[in-house]
Amino acid sequence: MRREGSPFQGLSTVFVKELADHISSVRMLMLELLIVFTALAALYEAINSLRQNTAEDPFLLLRLFTIDQAPLPSFVAILGFLIPLMAIGLGFDAVNSEHNRRTLSRILAQPIYRDALLMGKFLAALATIGISLAALWLLVIGLGLIFLGVPPGGEEIARSLVFLVVAIFYAGVWLSLAMLLSIVFRSPATAALVSLGVWLFLSVLWPMLAPAIAQAVAPSDPRYALLGLNDPATAIWTQELLRLSPNDLFGEAMLAVLSPSTRTLGPVFLDQLHGAVMGAPLPFGESVMIAWPQTVGLVAGTIVLFASGYVLFQRQEVRA
Amino acid sequence: MSDQQNDARRTARDHVITARGLTRRYDKTVVVDSIDFDIARGEVFGLLGPNGAGKTTTILMMLGLTEISSGEVSVLSFNPAREPLKVKRRVGYLPDSVGFYDQLTATENLAYTAKLMGLPRAERVRRIEAALVRVGLADVASRRVATFSRGMRQRLGLAEIIVKRAEIAILDEPTSGLDPQATQEFLGLIGELKSEGITVLLSSHMLDQVQRICDRVALFQAGRIVLMGAVPELAVKVLGAGFVVEVEAEGLGIARRLAMIPGVTQVETLAADRFRMTAERDVRPDAARAVVAVDGSLRRLSVDEPSLEAIYARYFQVQPTGDVRHAA
Ligand SMILES: Nc1ncnc2c1ncn2[C@@H]1O[C@H](COP(=O)(O)OP(=O)(O)OP(=O)(O)O)[C@@H](O)[C@H]1O
Ligand SMILES: [Mg+2]
Repeated sequence: MRREGSPFQGLSTVFVKELADHISSVRMLMLELLIVFTALAALYEAINSLRQNTAEDPFLLLRLFTIDQAPLPSFVAILGFLIPLMAIGLGFDAVNSEHNRRTLSRILAQPIYRDALLMGKFLAALATIGISLAALWLLVIGLGLIFLGVPPGGEEIARSLVFLVVAIFYAGVWLSLAMLLSIVFRSPATAALVSLGVWLFLSVLWPMLAPAIAQAVAPSDPRYALLGLNDPATAIWTQELLRLSPNDLFGEAMLAVLSPSTRTLGPVFLDQLHGAVMGAPLPFGESVMIAWPQTVGLVAGTIVLFASGYVLFQRQEVRA
Repeated sequence: MSDQQNDARRTARDHVITARGLTRRYDKTVVVDSIDFDIARGEVFGLLGPNGAGKTTTILMMLGLTEISSGEVSVLSFNPAREPLKVKRRVGYLPDSVGFYDQLTATENLAYTAKLMGLPRAERVRRIEAALVRVGLADVASRRVATFSRGMRQRLGLAEIIVKRAEIAILDEPTSGLDPQATQEFLGLIGELKSEGITVLLSSHMLDQVQRICDRVALFQAGRIVLMGAVPELAVKVLGAGFVVEVEAEGLGIARRLAMIPGVTQVETLAADRFRMTAERDVRPDAARAVVAVDGSLRRLSVDEPSLEAIYARYFQVQPTGDVRHAA
């Protein structure tokens, strides 16, 4: 049965309204402040340490993103931790708040499909995150220019732009998860709690659990241990398990793109190193190819989560 | 004779909503059970019935907002399940306990829905202003809706329907929770819609109001329409008669005279000079004539119109329901 009219009718209206809501909301301001201050702290440390070793590095700007100076993690690692928080903050009450305010049936009685409402909300939240990340990106480039005094090269800009795009996809995964939960749970508090639970599990517990599970599934051969090496079977299992978490996918993709000397993201095999000059940077295109599977993984995760939410929302009763 | 004429006229007028065997099931429970009705253009039609009788569900099916399990409904000759946008472009809906975005002003709230309706900017501004004036919210147009009372929200919801220039206005319990004054004003606004030729469909528990503004009503019970028609018709059907006329007059043989008036089914003598007649129509002129004919002196002549309240009470008393369902 074909539906009459476009499912996207009203999409732009919903998008504009939600975007305006987000940008003017106190919640968004708080999230932004949190991210900007944490990021500034990381950048400050990074700039300090970079000024000490003089400008020999051809990718000085990228080092700003990745260098970590204990006790602070790197700028990218901080974003990997905080982007989910921002996405959850914008998505956890997307649908259930419309139910609770009793605006849903009034809005859906206008000539639009539910698709437009859900999609508009998703895109508006993603655009809000995109705008914040772009501002943050400009901040990094600006600070690099001022304090390091090196104009960024074209490749550095290109790589950092890839960072921006992948970060937005990464936010998409968390946003669609939060929105899915906002459809499943009528209470925004429950949805928020469950999303935060998933976030903490995947970013804190999973990196500890994955090696333990890998050890149980594929116990490492004691002979490797004697040689002081990791059993490759166990290592592969660990990595595959870790990759179930979007945080890990984001981290790997960022490693490939922002550290140009990264040749591979898995355990290293000898044939991959054939003819390689250790430490030599890869061309931009090849780095992107290394990060490609991770990026696709993030996009696929977004699509799967969004589609589940979409299906649930289509079947949901409009009345409270 | 006049009934036949009425019927002929009614079928000649076009029906804007037609339901045939309309049914909604949740899992196994039947919530709306194969109902049929026709609503004519320009009519005010009331849906009545106890909580959980299926009124809201019926409304949602007409708007394509909930699935139809079987049967069909056509709204302005569109099928809401297949062409929801066409239906929703022409039908205004005021949900029960309507909500707005509290942080936005009245105008902004309406502007959002007006944009969703696809109205161009200039048109939007013009219609919203006019609608807010009409429902009496012009003074608070730029106040945040968070500060609005229930009555104001309700009127804002009606303003939305006015902005839409809907051909059909569907109002779900529009006056519940309003004080008598606000109710009165709101009913006045509904009356204005009717005088513009807009078809109004409303559900309510407030029987006297429904009676005052509805041309016809449908009485729901456990998902079925058990009674449908104009209130006087229903009164005849359920109460046996529609009008109760009280006569206070002195004179000989008045009771006998009154009983002879055509249409009178019963005459009770309450006192020597007071009589109560039950009749199918308003027989006051005939009663006056009867009193004058016996040379009596007429002191008082009053009529109780058939009350929906009485019909409702009688109906549910005569046919006690096994299970009264409760709304979720
Ligand atoms: N999602 C649902 N799942 C199962 N049953 C439902 C669902 N929604 C409503 N019902 C049932 O449908 C019945 C009819 O509900 P409906 O809201 O249409 O009644 P109503 O006539 O509008 O009542 P009220 O006067 O209280 O508004 C109720 O018994 C209710 O419990
Ligand atoms: Mg109801």
